[in-house]
Order: sequence, then C-alpha cells, then structure tokens
Amino acid sequence: MNLTLLLSTALSSIGTNKLRAGLTLLGIVIGVSSVIAMMAVGRGAQVSVTARISDLGTELITVRPGAQALRFAFFGGGGNSDVLSLADALALQDDVFAPDVRLVAPENSFSGAAVFGAENTFVNGVGITAEYLEARNLSIASGRNISNTDVQNISNVVVLGFEISETLFAQRNPVGATLKISGREFTVVGVMESQEGTIFNPDNSALIPITTAHYRMNNGKGLVDSISVSSINILATSEDTVDHARTDVSTVLRLRHELGADEDDDFLITTQQDTIETLEGTQGTFVILLGSIAGISLLVGGIGVMNIMLVSVTERTREIGIRRAVGAKRRDILFQFVAEAVLMTFGGGILGVLVGWTIAYFGDGASVDGDIIETVIETHIAFIALAVSVAVGLFFGIYPAVRAASLNPIEALRHE
Amino acid sequence: MTTNSLNSVPVPVIELTEVTRNFQIGTHVVKALDGISLTIEQGEMVAIIGPSGSGKSTLMNTLGCLDQPSSGRFVLNGQDVSGLSDNQLAETRSHQLGFVFQSYNLLPRETALSNVELPLKYSGGYSGKSRRAAARTALDRVGLSERYDHRPMQMSGGEQQRVGIARALVKNPDLILADEPTGNLDTKSSGEVIEMLRSLNEVDGKTIVVVTHDPEVAEAMKRVIAFRDGRIVEDRIVTDRATPITDYNVDSEASE
Ligand SMILES: Nc1ncnc2c1ncn2[C@@H]1O[C@H](COP(=O)(O)OP(=O)(O)OP(=O)(O)O)[C@@H](O)[C@H]1O
Ligand SMILES: [Mg+2]
Repeated sequence: MNLTLLLSTALSSIGTNKLRAGLTLLGIVIGVSSVIAMMAVGRGAQVSVTARISDLGTELITVRPGAQALRFAFFGGGGNSDVLSLADALALQDDVFAPDVRLVAPENSFSGAAVFGAENTFVNGVGITAEYLEARNLSIASGRNISNTDVQNISNVVVLGFEISETLFAQRNPVGATLKISGREFTVVGVMESQEGTIFNPDNSALIPITTAHYRMNNGKGLVDSISVSSINILATSEDTVDHARTDVSTVLRLRHELGADEDDDFLITTQQDTIETLEGTQGTFVILLGSIAGISLLVGGIGVMNIMLVSVTERTREIGIRRAVGAKRRDILFQFVAEAVLMTFGGGILGVLVGWTIAYFGDGASVDGDIIETVIETHIAFIALAVSVAVGLFFGIYPAVRAASLNPIEALRHE
Repeated sequence: MTTNSLNSVPVPVIELTEVTRNFQIGTHVVKALDGISLTIEQGEMVAIIGPSGSGKSTLMNTLGCLDQPSSGRFVLNGQDVSGLSDNQLAETRSHQLGFVFQSYNLLPRETALSNVELPLKYSGGYSGKSRRAAARTALDRVGLSERYDHRPMQMSGGEQQRVGIARALVKNPDLILADEPTGNLDTKSSGEVIEMLRSLNEVDGKTIVVVTHDPEVAEAMKRVIAFRDGRIVEDRIVTDRATPITDYNVDSEASE
C-alpha cells in the first residue's frame, strides 16, 4: 500500500466513528493547547521579570556582608556579619583604587511604624546618603532628596514612599509636615514617585539619613566611619565597565578587611547581570515545571489514543481478517493502525496549537488577582508540540497496531 | 476448457501430497487433515462435501494460503507453498487465487465498488482510476452494474455474495475457492451463485473449488470429493449433471 492510499484508508476509518475520534482528539487538543498556553505564560513571566530588573540599570552592583562570615561564626571563629562599614563605602569612592566606580550609595535598614494624627502604617526604613536615589533609579515626586548635610547633621528628616504618603496624608502634600517614626519626630522633606510593578518596590519605604538610622533608630554607637551598612549600592562608570568595577570593589574591600590570599571574601558582590541570570534560571525551572504539568495531560491524551486504538483493533478484528485474506501483509495492517493513531494525534496537535495560541493571545494582558499576565508566543514551541504529538501517536499507536498485525487471518475472520 | 499455455504440458493448479494439519488443544491433538493427497487440474470444477468437522474448511484455508500444513507438500501452480513466509503467503493470496466466504466478509461501511477494489489496494501498480475500472468490470461480470455504490446492508444476501465473487475475480486469478458460498442463501440466490461459479468455469476457464453441504450444488460440479475425519473417502467425476448450464451474463441479469 502506498502512502496516499494508506492515509486515505486511515482517514476513512477514523471518519466512520466521528464522535469517538473527536473525543480522542480532544484529549490531545487539551494536552497540546495547555503546553502551548503554559509555555507562553511562563515565557511571559520570564521576559517581564528580566525587563523589570533591567529597569534598575544594568550598571548597578550591590555589595553585602558575605556568607563566609556566617561560616566563621558557625565554627566559633572570629568575624561577624557586620563587616561592611561606612568607611568601606567611602573607600570605594577612591578614584585611584576604584577608577571604574562612578557612584557609591551605602544603606542600612530599620523598621517601625509611622504615625501621623490618627493614621499609622508600618514602614520599610532605609538609612541612606544622597546618592541612594540615583543608584536605585528612583526619583522625587515633590520636595527634595536627603542631602549629605542631613547625613552630617544626623537630621530627623524623611523622604516618604508613595504609598506611605497616601496612607498617612491622603491627598494632602506631606512636605513640611512632622510625623513620628518609632516614637521619634521626623520632618517630611520629600515624597518619591510611585514605582509600582518594579522588583524593589520603594512605595513602602521611608528614607532617612544613614547616620540618623544608625544612632537614633538602631541605637548604634561609635564613630561615623564605623557605622555598619547592610549593603552598598555601586554604579559602574558604564555598562561595559561593570566587570572592572566589580574587581575594583573586591580588591579595595579585601585590602581594607586585611584578607590573606588564601582567605575567602567576607562580602558578596552581585551585579544586575547575576540577578537576571539567577532569576532567569529559576524562571526557566518554573517554565519547565509548567510545561511538564501540561505535558502530563498530553500523556493522558496519548493513553486515551492507545485505549481507543486497542478497542478499535478488537472491534475491527474481522475487518483485519478480510484485509489479510485478500492479500494485505502484516506491515500493511501495522501501518494502517499506526497511521490512524498518528493522524489523530497530529490533527489534535494542530488544533491544540491553534487553541493554545488563541488562549495565549487573549490571555496577554489579562489580570488575575491584580497581577497582569503577560504571554510570549514562540513558534518553535508549536513545532516541538506538534512533533511531540506525532511521537505520542507513534508511541501509543504502535502497540495496538502490532496487536492488529499479529492477528491470525483465519481466527480474525471467524471473529464475530 | 482453456489452459494456461497451449504449448507446454499444463501443471496442476493444486497438488497436495500427504498433507496433514493438526490442532493441539491442551494435550489433545485434532487431526483436521489426516494425509490428504489430491491433484486438481486447470479448468476443473470441484465440490468438496462431507459432514461437519470433517476438515473441509481446514483444507480450503490451506489451499487459500491462509493456513499452512503441519506436514506434507502443497504445490500451487507449480510453486511449493509449504514453508513460505507470512509475506510470501500474502503475495500468493493476492496474486494466485480468489476466496469466496460463506458469510461474504465484505467491509460493511464500504460500497460494493470499494469492497471489490480492496485486493487491488494491496498489490502495487494500480492507480485509483485503474482500480475502479477493474472493480467495475468485475461487478459487471457478476451482474451488479446497478449496485456500484450500494453498501452491503443495502443489498440482498445473493447480491452481497456476488460482490464477494467479484472481489475474488478482480485480479483475474485462475483459481477461485469458495467455502460454503451458498450456506447463508435461499434456494433462488443459491442457484444464481452456483450458476455464476459454473459460468466462470465454463466461460472463463477458471478452476473452481467449492465446499458445500448441498447435494444439488455438488451435483452441479464436474467432480465431487467427499471428506470424513480429515480423509478423502470418495473422489468421483460427475457424469450426469442435472442442472442445465445457463451462460450467466450481464445482459440476462440486467434484463431481469
Ligand atoms: N483453529 C482451530 N483450533 C482447533 N481446532 C480446530 C481449528 N480449526 C478447526 N479445528 C478442528 O478441526 C476439525 C475440522 O474443522 P473444519 O472447520 O475444517 O471442519 P468443516 O469440515 O469445515 O466443518 P463445517 O462443515 O462445520 O464447516 C474440527 O474438529 C475442528 O474442531
Ligand atoms: Mg467449514
């Protein structure tokens, strides 16, 4: 039997029980369309996360006290996690030792409740210097930034995140007002623009001078230089010098911390590129997970095909006998049943791709619980899904087809 | 009576030598064919009779290359068939013979035409057009020119059996095997089918082997072989054929 004849025979066999073929197809359609839709959602999430991180600026480098410090502490050795100080940050501004560093913005943190009149809200407190806003790509909506004079004077001034301002002052302009954070009075000097939707949302942040945060909010002691910082934000001179800047930072900090050649860093440097890679990695796992869950439904669809083909072989035993008696070879029967299975899964695959694309197309921009879903449609996924559905047909169709082909013609003819 | 070739000595169509066919059921062995030796020449028309279970169908399945002997030799048109592979048997079925069944064995959802086309689909070298042309010719030969597009359910038993005969004829084999072709038919339809087979023998020179329970059918053949317990108990030439031979053709059928 040649290929066209084989396919037309298979098609007409499928056509004799349209409802059954339709239901079998449905299993594959659901499987393939969910793979397509899930992958589109997964890819969409991945792309938008990457885009949001890139919003922060790709020149950003962050230094934190390193995990190695924890290890020493664990073994009872010296060292603690407060290894980054304001003096470290100042040293990184050195043009000779760190030529590729453009901007250094140390920060520390505190937490507490902000109270104004009858309103109060929990704030995410950040002690900063004037450079912080630029490093974090944030901007002032009204009023002014924290100045380095504020830092020197240990002033009780605060720049509010958009949401805190909304909660405490509603529509009024808070600039100039006095509020209490953890019982201390602060004058509001500015309000930040809303950054809703970014990874590091500052809308709940309250920014105060880093010195005020240390001495007043965290009850710290010591000289200004010894103020410990939770992280240092650094901008490289350009996107291309990020790696150089990273080396600069590492060299300066290792010198300052007097680390020997055989000692590990006691700080952790992260570039935006690292963050993107890590997150893309996790997201990749997420996409694969989504895909596999959807793949399981494709598998179930395949089992449905196998089930129907087995039933079909039993029902059509006599037909098989007739075909064999008039000259069909075993492989003619084998190919016919495989062709039927593959035609069904291939047809289901094509429909599934169309349905999946439709879901992805109309799902793009839809909001679920306030989160905007983004989808990215990739053609190669469709081809993979089609190839997989053909493979599913082959895999699940072979066994029933082998059963059909191995029937003895005489017994098959005797079958009622 | 026509032969394959006018110049050479015609080889027998069928030559069985000490053929046995055993079926093992548990520890019990059924000897369905118990040493059959038989020669059927080109152009013969043979009836096989015998009680139920005597091995008639087993013999036909062997002759039809659907089954193989347990021992002995089966030579079909000069070719030793015993020991052929499954594929080679399929080829032989496809090219050397046509088989007519008691229960017609038509594909229920296909039209008469496409049922008759079926054997051609499994042998290369036919275009869709030539397939249909051959199928029409075969259906015309059995007087079913008006029934091309009818499905089995829309035809009488006699008509269905004639579709079955057309399917056996479509590749123009020299040998037609029929296992109780009239078993499911009333007297009138039986008569038509038997006349059809006789005409194929008388007019087209085909070798015909028919299994039957009907003594009248048997007497309409030229030779009768009786079976019992897997053995041939009688083999005779019919000298006094009762039924007149009518040349069964399209015209007489169409004018009915
Ligand atoms: N596949 C088989 N397995 C086991 N035994 C079989 C098989 N086919 C036939 N037989 C046995 O072989 C013997 C001959 O069977 P066969 O079908 O050839 O008889 P038959 O002469 O055609 O009978 P009937 O006139 O009833 O059709 C019987 O005893 C039958 O039970
Ligand atoms: Mg029988």
